[in-house]
Order: sequence, then C-alpha cells, then structure tokens
Amino acid sequence: MANLDSKIPEGDLKDKWTNYKEHQHLVNPANKRKIDIIVVGTGLAGASAAASLAEMGFKVKAFCYQDSPRRAHSIAAQGGINAAHNYPNDGDSVYRLFYDTIKGGDYRAREANVYRLAEVSNLIIDQCVAQGVPFAREYGGLLANRSFGGALVSRTFYARGQTGQQLLLGAYSALSRQIGLGNVEMHNRTEMMDLVMVDGRCRGIVTRNLLTGEIESHFAHCVILATGGYGNVYFLSTNAMGSNGSAAMKAYRKGAYFANPCMVQIHPTCIPQHGDYQSKLTLMSESLRNDGRIWVPKKKEDAEKLQKGLIKASDIKDEDRYFYLEERYPAFGNLVPRDVASRNAKERCDAGYAVNATQNAVFLDFKYAIERLGKDVVEQRYGNLFQMYQKITDTDPYKEPMMIYPAIHYTMGGIWVDYELSTTIPGLFAAGEANFSDHGANRLGASALMQGLADGYFVLPYTVQEYLADQFNVARMDPKTTPEFQQAEKEVKEYIDKLMNVKGNESVDSIHKRLGQIMWNNVGMARSKESLETAIKEIAALRDEFWKSVKIPGSKDGLNVELEKANRVADFLELGELIARDALHREESCGGHFRVESSDNGEAKRDDEKFMYVGAWEYKGYNQAPELHKEPLNYEFIKVQTRNYKTGK
Amino acid sequence: MKGFFKSSIGKKTVMSVSGLFLILFLLFHLCMNMAAVFSAEGYNMVCEFLGSNWYAVAGTMVLAAGFLFHIIYAFVLSIQNRKARGNDRYDNQNLPKGVEWSSKNMLVLGIIVLCGLGLHFAQFWAKMMFAELAGCEEAVEGFVATAGYEGRAAVDGAAWIKYYFHNPVILVIYLVWFAALWFHLNHGFWSAFHTLGASNSKWIPRLKCISTVFTTIICLGFAVVAICGALS
Amino acid sequence: MAEHKGLNLTLKVWRQANRQAQGRFVEYKVENISTEASFLEMMDILNEQLINTADPDGPVAFDHDCREGICGMCSLFINGRGHGPDDQITTCQLHMRKFKDGDKITIEPWRSGGFPIIKDLMVDRTAYDKIMQAGGFVSVSTGGVPDANAIPISKIDADEAMDAAACIGCGCCAATCKNGSAMLFVSAKVSQLALLPQGKIEAARRAKAMVAKMDELGFGNCTNTGACELECPKSVSISHIARLNREYIIANIKD
Repeated sequence: MANLDSKIPEGDLKDKWTNYKEHQHLVNPANKRKIDIIVVGTGLAGASAAASLAEMGFKVKAFCYQDSPRRAHSIAAQGGINAAHNYPNDGDSVYRLFYDTIKGGDYRAREANVYRLAEVSNLIIDQCVAQGVPFAREYGGLLANRSFGGALVSRTFYARGQTGQQLLLGAYSALSRQIGLGNVEMHNRTEMMDLVMVDGRCRGIVTRNLLTGEIESHFAHCVILATGGYGNVYFLSTNAMGSNGSAAMKAYRKGAYFANPCMVQIHPTCIPQHGDYQSKLTLMSESLRNDGRIWVPKKKEDAEKLQKGLIKASDIKDEDRYFYLEERYPAFGNLVPRDVASRNAKERCDAGYAVNATQNAVFLDFKYAIERLGKDVVEQRYGNLFQMYQKITDTDPYKEPMMIYPAIHYTMGGIWVDYELSTTIPGLFAAGEANFSDHGANRLGASALMQGLADGYFVLPYTVQEYLADQFNVARMDPKTTPEFQQAEKEVKEYIDKLMNVKGNESVDSIHKRLGQIMWNNVGMARSKESLETAIKEIAALRDEFWKSVKIPGSKDGLNVELEKANRVADFLELGELIARDALHREESCGGHFRVESSDNGEAKRDDEKFMYVGAWEYKGYNQAPELHKEPLNYEFIKVQTRNYKTGK
Repeated sequence: MKGFFKSSIGKKTVMSVSGLFLILFLLFHLCMNMAAVFSAEGYNMVCEFLGSNWYAVAGTMVLAAGFLFHIIYAFVLSIQNRKARGNDRYDNQNLPKGVEWSSKNMLVLGIIVLCGLGLHFAQFWAKMMFAELAGCEEAVEGFVATAGYEGRAAVDGAAWIKYYFHNPVILVIYLVWFAALWFHLNHGFWSAFHTLGASNSKWIPRLKCISTVFTTIICLGFAVVAICGALS
Repeated sequence: MAEHKGLNLTLKVWRQANRQAQGRFVEYKVENISTEASFLEMMDILNEQLINTADPDGPVAFDHDCREGICGMCSLFINGRGHGPDDQITTCQLHMRKFKDGDKITIEPWRSGGFPIIKDLMVDRTAYDKIMQAGGFVSVSTGGVPDANAIPISKIDADEAMDAAACIGCGCCAATCKNGSAMLFVSAKVSQLALLPQGKIEAARRAKAMVAKMDELGFGNCTNTGACELECPKSVSISHIARLNREYIIANIKD
C-alpha cells in the first residue's frame, strides 16, 4: 500500500494544477528532438496526445489496430462534450462541473484530478473550435449548448448526433498534420503485444503487424497507452468489434496496477439483443429519455401476450401501463442516472414483465411526447435517432414505442494512474478510458470525450515532460541489438506459437460468447457474493478450456483475424476474472457497481466507512490471486453525500 | 498557376471553358441558321457577310483551337480515368437512379458528335468557306450540279440546305446527330459551371434545369432548320 | 420487431489471397439466416462455417469495426452497389430483411486503382490518410487559441460545414466512381474548412496541397456523374466539389 502515491500537488484545490505547471521540470527544445515517445491508440486521448507532443518537438511513434487513426471508437460517441464555459449564463462554473462529476461518480474519484479536468474543459472547446470542429451554433453565430443527464445546467457542446466523430476528426487532423511534417511515425494495422522493460523502466513495445504477422519492437523514452476500455469482456457491448483490453492487460502483467475493474457502466437505452448470432449492441442516445416515457405492462398477462406477439403496445390502455421510473423516482422520473434506469429495467424484466419474445426489453414511448409537442417537434429533436432505430429494427417509433434494454457501454475502471497519469511502471502513462482516474464509480453523459481530450491535449504534454526532463541523455536504443528488446520479441513469438499450437476445435467467438454470458449473468447489473464466486470459478474453467480447445485456422504469418481475436480473448479471460474479484471484494453498491447484499429497498447503498478508496490490483502470476492495494480517497473540498433521486433535495 | 493545367481540376477547367465556348458558338450558329427558316435570301446574306472574310477566318481558327483543346483533353482525361479505375472491374454495378445516363457516356457521345461534325464539314464548310479560300468554288459547283444543286457554292447556303436535306438518309443522320448533341450538352452545360465552381447546392438543380431548356432549344432549333430544308 | 424469417442464400464472394494473387469468385451457401441479422453478422456466420469446415481459403477477410455506421471501416460492394442495396447507410447497418429467400448475393471489394486489395474483401485506403496529411487540417497547435466564442460563425455556414464534415472516409465515393475519383472525399474536407473563418485563412494552400496529393496518388478526374453523392452513406453533396473547384481555381489565379 505504501507505493500508491497519487502525487497530488500541494495547495488549494483551485491552485494545484497551476502550481504543478509552474514548478514542473521542462525539456529544452533542442533536447526534445532526442526523445522518442510511443503512443498506443489513436482515439481522442491518443491522437490528441500524439499531435500535441509532436507539435512540441518530441519524436512520436503512434500505433493503432485499425486501417487509419480516424477509425478509433471515440468516433461513435453521439451526445456531446461538457465544458464549464457558462455561455448560457445559467450558473455553471468550473467548481460546479467538478462537483457534478464527483457526485455523479458516486464519490469514488480523486478530487484533484476531477478539478483539473473541469479546469481544462474550456480549453478543449477553444482548441476544437480553432481546429475547425463544426459545433452546433445559434443564429447569432455563437455556440449552442444543451443539457444532459446528471446536471442542472446546459453545458454540453455538440455537433449534431456526431460529436465524438467531429472531435476525433479534429484530433486526427492535428495528428495528420504532424505525420505529414514527419514528426509522427504512424503505424496502422499494428497491435501492441507487450511492453519492453529496461532497468525497471518502460522503454518500448513489441508489436505485431496485422497484415504481415511480423513481430517488431520499437524503442521510446516513454510509452503512453490510450487504448480505450475493456467493455468487450462482456462480448456484447456498444464498443467496436476490435475494442479490447489487451494493451492494459499486458501492462498489468508487467507490473502496472489495475484500478477499480468492477466499475463498468451499463447504458439503459440500447436496442435489445435479438439473436445468438448478434455481434454488438447499438446505443440510442440518452437524450431520448428527455421526452420518451419508459413503461412495462402492469398486468403479467399483458406482458405474456406481448412476449407471444398476440398483442401490440398500443392495445394496452394507459391505466394498465406501469411507468415505473416516474412512480418510483418522482423527482427525476425518466431522467434518473444511467445505473438506476438500467437496474430498474432489469428488475422489471426479471420479474416477468419484459415486452418482447426474448424477454429483454421495456418500452420507451413517444406517444405522449407526440401528443404534447406534435410529431414535427419530435421529429426535429430525434429524427435521426428514430431513423436509425427503424433501420435496425424495421419498426416505426412514431407509431409503436421503441424497445430498449441496458447494455455494457463504458468502463470507468482501468490502469491505475497518479495525478501525472503515470502508471506504477516508470515511463508508462495511461490516458482516456484506458485509465481509471476521473469518473469514479459512474460516468456522467458527455464526460468521456472531455476526459479523453483533457488528458491528451492539456495534461500529458505537461506531465510527460516532467518525467522526461532527465531522460534526454538516455541514448536511443536499437531494438535489433538490445537484449531486452530481443527477449521481449522472443516471448511474444513464443506466446503466439502457444496460441497457434492449441489446435482445438472451438472457435474464438464461441468461447468469447460464453465468457460474455458468464459476465453478463453474474457480473452484470446486479452482483452477489454467490454470483461472483460462480463467475470466478466458471471463468477459470473457461480459460483452461480456451488453452486446450481454441481453434485458430491459418498461419501466424500474414493476416489472421482469428489469431488477433484469440489474443484479445485470452486477455479478456483474465480480465473477466479480475473484474469479478474486484466486484467480490467491494461489498458495497456504488455507481455502476451494484451488490444485491448492499441495498436499501432495492436502492444502492454505499459504504463510505469501508470502501472509500480506489482498489488497485497487482498481478501475481497466471492463475494466481492478484494483490489488492488501496488508495484512500480524501475529500477535503467537497461534502460527501448520498445520491438521492426520489425527492427533489 | 504553375502546374495548374497538369492538375485534374486544371484539365477539367480547360474542358469546361472550351466546352462553354463551343456552346456559345452553337448558339451563334443557330441564330444564323434560323434565318434560313424564314428566308433563303436572308440566310444567304448572312453567308455572304461571313464568307471568307478575315473576321470569319479568324473566328474559325479560334473555334478550331477550342475544338482541339476540348477533344485532346477529353482523351487525356478519359485515359487517365480508365487507369485510375484500376485493372479489375466490378462483376456488376447497379448505379442508383439519379445518375444521368449521358454523364457516364460523354466520351462516346462526344465521338458521335465529332463524326457528325466531320460529315457536316465535308458537306457545308468544305464547299463554302474552304472552297472560297482554296479558290476552287467552280470545281465544286461543277461537281454537284449534276446532282441537282443550283447556286453559287460559297455563299448560297440555302441551296446547300435544300440540296442535302432533301435526301431523307442525310436528314435522319443529322437528327441522330442532334440527339447525341442534346445528351452531350445536357450534361456538359451544367457540368461546366460546376467544374468552374459556379454552382452550389441551390444552383445545381437550377443549372440542370437551365441546361435542359437551353440544350433543347439549341438542338430543336437545328432540327427545325434541317426539317424546313427538307420540306422546302 | 418484425417477424423472424430464415433465409437460405448463395453468396458469391471475391477471394484473393493477397495483392499480387489472382482473385476469383467462390460460391458459398448459408442457411437459415434471420432477417433480423445484419449483413456483417451474416458474414460472421459464413466465417464460423468456413472455420468449422476447415475451408482451404480460410475465413473471408473483410474490414469492419464499430458496426454502427460511423467509423468508416466497413466497405463491400454488394450486388453491384457500394454498402449494398439500401440508401444512406454503411454495410454494417444493412440488414438481411433487404434480401429474399433463395437470393444470390454478389460480394466484392472496393475496386479502384487508389485502393489496392489486401486480401479478399479488404482494401488499402491509406491513400485517403495521405491526402489528409497533405493539408486536411487547420494549422493550429495545442494551446494559445482564442476563446471559442471569439469568432461568431453563421449558423448556415456551420451547418453546411457539418454536412461536409459528416464524411466517414469509407472510400465508397472513389469505389463507386467510374473515374476512380476521390473528389467527393477531398472536397468534403476542403469545403468544411473553407466555410469556417478559422479554416479560411489557409484555404488556398490547403486546396492546392490536397488536390496535388490526390493527383499524385493516381485518383481519377471528376466528371460530375454524381454517383458518389448518391452512394455516399452520409449523403455528402457534390456541391462541395463545386466549392473545391472554386477554391482551387481562385487559388491558382491568385498565384
């Protein structure tokens, strides 16, 4: 526990970041050219970090598994990005954004980090506008804002329903500029396979070229992981097919602590699963809950008829509809936070009131909004979402209510980092969704984009320099002749051989699907001691099975998609267990983590006495129980409260 | 401007400017021809006015240059485009409705127009302006007199019209030529503006409409001249 | 949800081991595909089948990632149309209810000189990245920028810029174009940034640099057929091509 120093600077909350920047060490411009930095992942955090560091004069090498850095999954974020600009004059401030984020995170995030996030949020908007990101504007020419869940002010900037895309393309264009100038060496279709450690510091990575199968290693004075979240442990999630937790797991095995892995966000408004062959779940923007009413039938026989397809939603009278969120949480109604909405949907479905054949859906009804506002207004607000829904489900949401169900969406947990975003491995940093730092136990809407860009544009360029200030005289190492690099390459090659040599008869996907089932059923929205223990056991068994019976056709040379997937699933099989272990040890309910034992009339019950800390896990070897380290959370500047969505105060 | 004419947009600019110039010429040509519909003497006065005078010859030279640029660049662009398409072709490609047929066949249409132009040159220009310049009017007159042509070859355009369009085969060939011209111009006209950047989302439909109206007037006009010649 | 139906289909898929290899069509049968499945899920089922039967060609390689129509990674020419027989969507958003039982579906990769085939249905689109690297940006570095509201921008311009910025870089425009032209892609970025005051400053330089790179990479010349716009999953308008032309010609005249 001693070595978990979060390195929070001295001073008042408001002055910490300023103090840090004013007193940190810098690298002289001539020396920056002598320093190499590796950035893995080119989403918001990775692309913005790579571009910013290259602009400063460092030599950057960036890596992504997609065919272009522009494809990273940050692109899929719909809603918007928060900032404390207070343009609408509705009482917003840096402090309020900080406060909302801490509260939304159920008091499991680090104060200093979150305050810094709120502080730089305005700079992000300024930066993106300067890059030519076409944010929505009012007729007067100024930027438009909208409100989002968990906040009482309008602080969300947006670009239609494609904010993530536009922000990523902004960062991608900055990165492209640096690639064109020769300051960034871009490696597309390349997967990081391991870290290279030299004298206790991270000095590079081993990669596999996904087209040729070639194993290479690359040197750098420091490495930044911006590799996103691990939601795909659950097989079905709103993540991209390629999103994975492998880079994080490789770092974990090399000594980086993994923090709060059980903090997984389940988004309430996704299109329900419709078959076994399904590959992913599609998110419908949370904004739908502003005007849509969520309900299930009051009578079980109505639900049963719906499940059999004998009646339609419109056949059920208003008095026979149970608007469960409105009745249970009168103050917030349909706008309760994501975790509360998700859990209630699951509770109703488990009680037998699901409204579709696969028993995994509740209604989100716009009938009332259309009656109140008119079809035109509803179309204006949600037209593109309705169209998307119709394309996927072939149902017209103007006539029949939408069917929604929760799905894995975001992972608040991740690699443990200190205030400098440095992991427990010297020279290894983690940014964006890949780290754990800012969202606590639950992330608010429109905060993920903010955090990714804050880390990449405005935090890492400073903190990385602090680390590098005495590194310029470390000469570049040649991976071809340095024994540590050769050894790391050899280990990766052996690992790939081991995967290829299993030669079993079960496809990677089928094992992954089974893992997803275990995770969803036991480590999903409601977790119990029993279910978690079952999960740990079953995952361990499945992992053994994987290493005995996974089938990877083709060869390790050249493009082999199954090999790529197998490598990722092998890591998921360990990560899944880690999530379950973390969930088992955390005997409280907070944010996205809900333990049935720790509840009060079905409502989450936090235990601040025992669990007001970050749980960071240290790897102890394959099939060995990891060791828990605690980073206590001290709330010096904020009063810790219980979240309450039933009454108004 | 360095390298402008080597760039894709530069080459397309040459196509557009020369194309618009040729369209202007067509308008001018039609105006003159329309005289023939109303009065043979009137038309011949125009023919005589132009004849082989220096301004007409100079105009013809510029026109020829316009044609040449248009044609050479058309081939250069087409060859490049074929190459850009790569070696493999789709097994089948079903373009959605809304892609103009003519836009995909501009080169073929252009070649048809060019062939028609060759015929037209041999039948009219060679025997009028060219004959006058070359000083072989009498030989031409002597040659065609046996076939029923009556008139002074170089300036009696009306007589040429009557002479050729009385032959139904030639009439039909000309009508087909005008049809090909219609398709070529219908795309070429708005496309030229688009390539020059004189277009936007509001003006694309407007330009397309103007294009169709203008092209129809031109081609219908020429057809009327030919048909009137046949009926005279 | 609409009723499930099982489709039995014949797939005629382009197989090509690598860039140099001779490609060919191979026919596969898939059975009982739900009309609710997406097209790529159908491809997943085919691949599972090919893995289980130890097919000599192995599973079919195709690009895909987000599967929600925004990352631009999926491609495919399906029955002669880029992103398949539905409008304004990407392949990953295409659903099997668009097909009938017994259909034969032809699946090809993008075929365009600018996008060489890597394997089967996977093509190399790095050319688009290279064009972006030549000038698809505003030359500002991180930090030191003015307040976001310092420059008011007309809503109309901002909206039009957003229309252009919606491009996902999938390559369907060049793959559909009979001339193999990348003008819709290039124009979307040039137009977006030329419409905004912050991008206007270097608009001339940008237009020239991006067009030069596009030409250098061997993309064809636009002949305004408009096929790109009709097949574009994000409906990027060819009016942006007019703006690119304008920017480019004026930039050259000013020189």
